[in-house]
Amino acid sequence: MRAGDGGHDSVDLVRPYVITNGQDLPKGDEFELVTLVTVAAGNARQAQLDPERRALLELCSGGYLSVAEIAGHIGLPIGVIRVLLSDLAGSGQIITRNPVPAAQLTDIQVLQEVLDGLQTRFG
Amino acid sequence: MDSRLASDDHTYLPEAVQVAAKILVVGHFAVGKTTFIGTLSEIPPLRTEETMTRAGAHVDDLRGVQGKTTTTVAMDFGRLTLSETLVLYLFGTPGQQRFVQVWEDMTRGALGALLLIDPQRLEESFPVMDLVESYGIPYAIGVNYFGEAPTRPDDELREALDLLPDTPIVTCDARDEKSSAGALIALVKYLQTRTS
Repeated sequence: MRAGDGGHDSVDLVRPYVITNGQDLPKGDEFELVTLVTVAAGNARQAQLDPERRALLELCSGGYLSVAEIAGHIGLPIGVIRVLLSDLAGSGQIITRNPVPAAQLTDIQVLQEVLDGLQTRFG
Repeated sequence: MDSRLASDDHTYLPEAVQVAAKILVVGHFAVGKTTFIGTLSEIPPLRTEETMTRAGAHVDDLRGVQGKTTTTVAMDFGRLTLSETLVLYLFGTPGQQRFVQVWEDMTRGALGALLLIDPQRLEESFPVMDLVESYGIPYAIGVNYFGEAPTRPDDELREALDLLPDTPIVTCDARDEKSSAGALIALVKYLQTRTS
């Protein structure tokens, strides 16, 4: 699904600040675009949640996805998704697998793995 | 909000994935970023929006300002699972200077950037180059070859774009998987030379 290509649903009728209850949007530090997210085990409190948080938990229940993918699938701006994820992490309903810290990202090992992966896949 | 997702195994990452790396695909409008990402991505390319507000994304500030429209900017991205533990994301966004927030988000932790250019419209690439350089992101030039126009020699491009001597220039066809992968591989090899 691509946002903007039609396929609008009720979420699009609600402006972002309503969904977040007017909370400030967190900066990108906690949930980077490529932070991997999934539901926490034993999560059973979905019934009391609003439609956006419920949709988010439902999407994440299938396995790990990046924050950017979650935003893309749900069809809400990244900033709004960050607020929702922040809430759900605070109540223990989702867990994250943090991206490699920026300082290590240029690490020769990661680059070598990327190169090996690309060459295996497309070579 | 697509219920089919839950049953689609290809939507989710393998359980063992530990590292999510990020490479940017940048360039001016209609240079082929979305095509490039779509050609390589293992998932249908996704689009997300960042909401821009003048106050720097403090949503409270929008209350009481009825009718104020926020600016949104789209990011296209795709995904490549490269090993059991490593996934690579490709992010593309237009190179407008005013989308600073998007650039901060995109560049945080990025390994590097592939800067797609159209040799017939070189001057349109300058603002994007300025942005990439201002964020200190190492990059390679991908000359998106559209097939009809004659290509320009590398040294001519290097001079016109005022590139460093070691910045790679790779010709690629964004519609072709092998060709696009080759450009990405050239970028990663270049990034390796900078860390060794």
